[in-house]
Amino acid sequence: MYLAVVAGGFRRYATYRAATVAGVFTNTVFGLILVYTYLALWNERPDLGGYGPAQAVTYVWLGQALYATLAVQGGGFEIELMERIRTGEIAIDLYRPADLQWWWLAHDLGRSGFQLLGRGVVPFLFGVLVFPVALPGDPLTWFAFLLTVLLAMVVSFAIRYLVALSTFWLLDGTGVMQMLMILGLLCSGMVLPLNVFPGLFGEVVRVLPWAALLQGPADVLMGETGALPVFALQGAWAVALLAAGRLVQSAATRRVVVQGG
Amino acid sequence: MWIRSTMAYRTSFVLTTVGSLVVTGLDFVGIALMFSHVDVLAGYVLAEVAFLYGLSMLSFGAADLALGSMDRLGRRVRDGTLDTLLVRPVPVLAQVAADRFALRRVARLLQGLIVLCWAVVSLDVDWTPLKLLLMPVTVVSGAAIFCAVFVAGAAFQFVAQDASEVQNAFTYGGQTLLQYPPTVFAQELVRGVTFVLPLAFVNWVPASYVLGRPYPLGLPEWAVFGSPVVAAVCCALAGVAWRAGLRSYRSTGS
Repeated sequence: MYLAVVAGGFRRYATYRAATVAGVFTNTVFGLILVYTYLALWNERPDLGGYGPAQAVTYVWLGQALYATLAVQGGGFEIELMERIRTGEIAIDLYRPADLQWWWLAHDLGRSGFQLLGRGVVPFLFGVLVFPVALPGDPLTWFAFLLTVLLAMVVSFAIRYLVALSTFWLLDGTGVMQMLMILGLLCSGMVLPLNVFPGLFGEVVRVLPWAALLQGPADVLMGETGALPVFALQGAWAVALLAAGRLVQSAATRRVVVQGG
Repeated sequence: MWIRSTMAYRTSFVLTTVGSLVVTGLDFVGIALMFSHVDVLAGYVLAEVAFLYGLSMLSFGAADLALGSMDRLGRRVRDGTLDTLLVRPVPVLAQVAADRFALRRVARLLQGLIVLCWAVVSLDVDWTPLKLLLMPVTVVSGAAIFCAVFVAGAAFQFVAQDASEVQNAFTYGGQTLLQYPPTVFAQELVRGVTFVLPLAFVNWVPASYVLGRPYPLGLPEWAVFGSPVVAAVCCALAGVAWRAGLRSYRSTGS
């Protein structure tokens, strides 16, 4: 059944064709701007953060490809779930014979999968064709990279699930969504790669769950680290955050009071 | 009306404004992080980049405050609620602009102003009356240019309907571009935003005069005072596009 939900999530986002084209265009424009600023920076410091210029460029296009896929600044299922909690429709969902967390995970994986193919591939190909990049020729590395992307999708879901559940207590989710946007943008390394962040700040940021989103997959793809430490970080955060989501969910469902007949 | 509705939840307003201030401030954290590793970026020091950043953020913030709701137009065209606006005796443009007017967007203005003040204080520029006069003129013209981009983007949505993200590429994308010195970018890109979509007149061109640097494309000296003219032309063109878009509007009929 969950596979059908995955396919449903995929199909649903696939219907917004114009929006997908618009997204591809926007990601390409932002990628271009970032590439030039990174090149200016790496021109001054050629081995900043252990990256060469070609690796910095690869990192930019990877970030643009994964931006919508991993909903770094939000914008996936959580908006709908928050609305359902606010309006009370969540009560109906809780009656259904499907588990709430697994159902939304399946739905969001479908969405991520579509965004990866629909919005991710084209800007990435553009970047690879126009700029000098550092990509591996080894299929095994690519396979490991795809696994890290899949794990990143789960971690991203788990973060946003917790954010969405906070609506049970807060009712209005604007504030937490804003926090999610701030943290997502900076801590996932969309602004600058996390290995460039200096000092203690850098060390903290590199073990937060957002490091599992972009920095991990990028380092695996470019051979900066072995795949196993990245899998371990991503897996640990996925398990911890999903378990936290499960706890919060059971606490929240005990609070739900169904009004009316 | 939207101001009153926002002010009904005073704490929430303060929190979201502070939140917005932090969010928009993050852009500058990125730049500051870059300068924690280097002293100059493409020949510009931090104070000069902050000057560019503050000017463009102030202009963009003003335009965003006035017209930032424009990207909702696509939704209105899709679900047919634009019809309600058409029958009212107020210009449609003003109504769309006022739709969900978000006062918390002043945060962007405020942040731009803070960075600009810091930049002006720490810059090593011998200020002449002309340079001082150029600054407010630049901010107003820049805001007008960004307004024109917002309106043109809205006009495009009459045709494209759910492609409001394209608009983001030019508004937020353009703003991001202008935060960095023109010397960072490839010549073709600089040429494009100078002659085709003249975003360069928001800050790059006038700022090159204030900072005493030649503009990369070798524009003539008088071009640094061209921002008001460019802004007027942009607004006129955007107005024409808006009229054409509005005239082509067919209701959904639902």
